[in-house]
Amino acid sequence: MRISFFIVLFFSFSCHARTIIVGANESCHSLKQAIIIAKDGDTIQLKPGNYKEGSIILTKSLTIIGENSPVLDGENKYEILLISGNDITIKGIHFRNSGYSALNDFASIKLVDCNKVTIENNSISNAYFAIHVSNSAFTVIRNNTISGTPTSEQLTGNGIHLWKSNNALIENNQVKGHRDGIYFEFVTFSAIKKNLSEKNIRYGLHFMFSNDDTYTSNTFRNNGAGVAVMYSKKVRMEANHFEKNWGPSAYGILLKDISDSYIIHNTFLKNTVGIHLEGTSRMDIQENIFKENGWALKVQASCEDNDFHHNNFTGNSFDVATNGTLMLNKFDNNYWDKYEGYDINKDGIGDVPYHPVSLYAMITEQNPNALLLMRSFTIQLLDRAEKAIPGLTPENLVDNKPLMKSLKL
Amino acid sequence: MIKLSRYVLYDIVRSKIILGYTLFLLIISFSLFQMEENNSRAMLSLLNIVLIVLPLVSLVFSTIHYYNSYEFIELMASQPMSRTKILLSEYAGVSISLLSAFLVGAGVPVILFAADATGFALLFTGCCLTLVFSSIAFWASVMARDKARGIGLVLLLWFYFTLIYDGLVLMILFNFSDYPLEKITLLLSALNPVDLGRIFIMLQMDISALMGYTGALYKDFFGSGTGILFTASIMLLWMVLPLWLAVRKFKKKDL
Repeated sequence: MRISFFIVLFFSFSCHARTIIVGANESCHSLKQAIIIAKDGDTIQLKPGNYKEGSIILTKSLTIIGENSPVLDGENKYEILLISGNDITIKGIHFRNSGYSALNDFASIKLVDCNKVTIENNSISNAYFAIHVSNSAFTVIRNNTISGTPTSEQLTGNGIHLWKSNNALIENNQVKGHRDGIYFEFVTFSAIKKNLSEKNIRYGLHFMFSNDDTYTSNTFRNNGAGVAVMYSKKVRMEANHFEKNWGPSAYGILLKDISDSYIIHNTFLKNTVGIHLEGTSRMDIQENIFKENGWALKVQASCEDNDFHHNNFTGNSFDVATNGTLMLNKFDNNYWDKYEGYDINKDGIGDVPYHPVSLYAMITEQNPNALLLMRSFTIQLLDRAEKAIPGLTPENLVDNKPLMKSLKL
Repeated sequence: MIKLSRYVLYDIVRSKIILGYTLFLLIISFSLFQMEENNSRAMLSLLNIVLIVLPLVSLVFSTIHYYNSYEFIELMASQPMSRTKILLSEYAGVSISLLSAFLVGAGVPVILFAADATGFALLFTGCCLTLVFSSIAFWASVMARDKARGIGLVLLLWFYFTLIYDGLVLMILFNFSDYPLEKITLLLSALNPVDLGRIFIMLQMDISALMGYTGALYKDFFGSGTGILFTASIMLLWMVLPLWLAVRKFKKKDL
């Protein structure tokens, strides 16, 4: 008893001050030990090295800073760091080989019931879930590099996973090789900025039941299914890049049951489908660039009151496709490179309305095999005939003020 | 044989029709690239020319040439020369002149303005189609008795390959839409050189759309090594087979 008292006393003297240094040649050899002796407000400095400490639990208000990215290794068995507390900062550490579990969502860094936690400048490799946040507020996740080794959808977790949180800021991270790059469920008043999410098995960004969020200036590239935004309200999507999301069910953005949101200034390049809208209403979609996509827009008949205006559509195989004849959305003042009308009064707006849905787009919607006939002379003749005497394409889906020149965006 | 093809070539160049064809292609391609805001639209229009105009010109020009040089062929047949050689050198002369017209007329502008994968796919398809359709024209001319019938047959064939065939395919796709048709459509596309060429270009141009749906299947097939081999060999078959049939018929024909 007395001996252990002296040991504690000894450590509290040697690591005393407000900064505790942990390293192989320091008095504190392990992070676990340092956390035990630290008090709220202290800083723990982690010297370079390879630390194998199993699961570390942190509940005190500490700042842990890694020097030259020390490695915390989970040995493919453990959840490396579990945080539950307030005012905590984790900086500059390399988390490696966290464990996999079919029952628990093991993560490299897990945040539960936290407030004001900052995860910054870390790199995470070979994780099941990389950063897993639940029931937390004011979380900041910034400048992290996350790369997974994707296997299958079941065996890989999400890169940055947030559940039931608010006021989070996800900024400048790079995520690749996970199931979903960034995952939001029941997250409100949060911002996702300047992230790069690529080569994930499923979605680059997965968004569910999350209202009043903003995501700006992110790049989503080469993800298995692009980006999905579902069952949410008041989401602002601004200045993002959606590139090369290719596949039978890959979308730049998949919108399902979204309302009152904005899609502004985004670039959709070479996606199989630029935006797929389903059960979506009161969206403002403007000043976007749709370039070289298979389908720029797929607007299902279940959408209403969406406003598509001032967008550029160039080099898409199909501009708009839909699955019914009902169309309750508005198209105005867009530039369509397939428009062939004229402008007599020279006001920059074409005098003939433009119907962006071609007969062939309707045909492929019903019979996907007909895709093999694309650009065939026969198909072109059919399209022309339909344009002259519309019968099968929805007559309300029309841009009455098509622009003659592309917008400078 | 080479000597004979050279005479045929001289003869064709003297007639100035091929020169006109070259100029036509050159002016159209240049003005397309100048007029359109982005190259992709110009490429689309060029695609139409390659898939529609080029087969027509190849067919009609080869047929007319065959009948116009009928007396020359008769004269040659009276010489100690095999008929196979006579017909093949005629074919060589015609196809080389058409090919060079295409390469100068469309090739130069494409290389100047759009020297990417799509551009080269377009040129490759154009060359293949030129060879294929002049071969088909030779077969039709040998089969038909006189010039009028020959041209009629050739126009019918053009109509079939560029227009009717795709209509038929569309009909099949809709009537049998309850069945898995992926393999069948692959087979159907092989039965028409125009379709085959079109798909080859589409793989570059509409890659995003082709990745969707069952499209990925076509992309996987035509984009793979086997697919390219398949396309090339079927195209070759389309060049060789009609010519071979023409030679076989020509050898026994009463001139």
